Amino acid sequence: MSEQVRAVPAEPSYRQIFSKGLLDENPALRQMLGLCPTLAVTTAVTNGLGMGFATTFVLVCSEVVVSLLRKHIPSSVRIPAFITIIASFVTLVMMLVKAYLPALDEALGIYLPLIVVNCIVLGRAEQFASKHTPVQAAADGLGMGVGFTISLVLMSAIRELLGAGTLLGIQVLPSFIEPMLIMVTPAGGFAVLGVLIAISVWPEQRRRREEGKEALETSETLCAACPLNCGVNDPNRDDCARGEYAERLMDAFLSAYDPNRYDSTRERDA
Amino acid sequence: MAQYASILFSMILVNNFVLVKFLGICPFLGVSKRFTSAVGMGGAVTLVMVLAIAVTWPIQQLLVAWDLEYLQTIAFILVIATLVQLLEMVIKRFLPVLHKALGVFLPLITTNCAVLGVATLTVDEGYTYPEALVAGLGAGLGFLLAMVIFSGVRRRVEEAEPPEAFRGMPITLISAAITAMGLMGFSGVVDHLFGA
Repeated sequence: MSEQVRAVPAEPSYRQIFSKGLLDENPALRQMLGLCPTLAVTTAVTNGLGMGFATTFVLVCSEVVVSLLRKHIPSSVRIPAFITIIASFVTLVMMLVKAYLPALDEALGIYLPLIVVNCIVLGRAEQFASKHTPVQAAADGLGMGVGFTISLVLMSAIRELLGAGTLLGIQVLPSFIEPMLIMVTPAGGFAVLGVLIAISVWPEQRRRREEGKEALETSETLCAACPLNCGVNDPNRDDCARGEYAERLMDAFLSAYDPNRYDSTRERDA
Repeated sequence: MAQYASILFSMILVNNFVLVKFLGICPFLGVSKRFTSAVGMGGAVTLVMVLAIAVTWPIQQLLVAWDLEYLQTIAFILVIATLVQLLEMVIKRFLPVLHKALGVFLPLITTNCAVLGVATLTVDEGYTYPEALVAGLGAGLGFLLAMVIFSGVRRRVEEAEPPEAFRGMPITLISAAITAMGLMGFSGVVDHLFGA
């Protein structure tokens, strides 16, 4: 689906732009972007919701501004310019949250300013907003933001329910069921996200196998996991560094660094 | 002295940046496939973290003095990005050996949330300048430790055959969960040792 959208340059409708962020290109579960907040703040549903809304706000605003300025920003300084725009909106959100929702500010702590370095925001600014109209950019930002919020809420609902027996602070599980504290610890965060990603790709893998197509594997060299973190997040483009290029670069670097000890094939067999 | 040791070890073991605070997950999952690259990335992050704190801590004092605290995030991210660029040029010119070892990793760190995170954290904790520097060193060493441990874990995981849906990222995250459980054993240790 996402391949088709990329290959056909015909204008997609606003609904298509909006809805692709919900599942097909869901930032957290499919593109593995913004994993730090996904893991860190999802111990309670209120935190997940708050983080989701804050990120959505920053996404929509910065995408619209980047799109408005897309013909005026020279491409050589575009990344610093995007970062400055994003940082301004993050500062705005921080001030708003501090003023009106001090409890949320306390709970989110340093993860609120860290929206600046969330790869979703920079990635969408670079990949989408810099070449589409402001209205399309707003639709994309809203779709990606809602998709991100959904995955955050899903994650935090599972962790809060199993780890504390509550949802939104209200006791849900009967009191004779002992809550599994491990779920609200960091270890539980990693495990729940791993299982959620597996569940989200499972139906598509099955469908592909029935159609006799090649299996869809969740790649480990997606943008967030890419060592070069350039924010482009599109392997079809030359300036995206992930995948093959990153591997080859690393191989070249490692063999230049220590040719006697390092040999990628030997290390894999060993 | 005890308070520095307490900050250092709690940053490495109890508040490990990757496995407890979830900062720098991207390079943690992306570069931990091989031991050598894990060490290179860990070293580069440690170096940048200490330097970033050395620069951002005085800047924060200036911002406070001029009533401009709300510019903290913008100032920090731009200063860190510039710092990384400068650092790469300086190392390339004066320390070619170090550049060979860490050079590839330096540009990757600019948008690494762990560096901005440690700068923000030291401000929130209200550390003095030497305390902040020690905290930066501890955060970097903790990152290095997590990368090294996890590169070993992943080599085993790569030979395993999990169910199809779990291949790739999911099984990596689940092995990260088990690695994180190992570090949970350290909570409380530092408080007992240094009485902080």
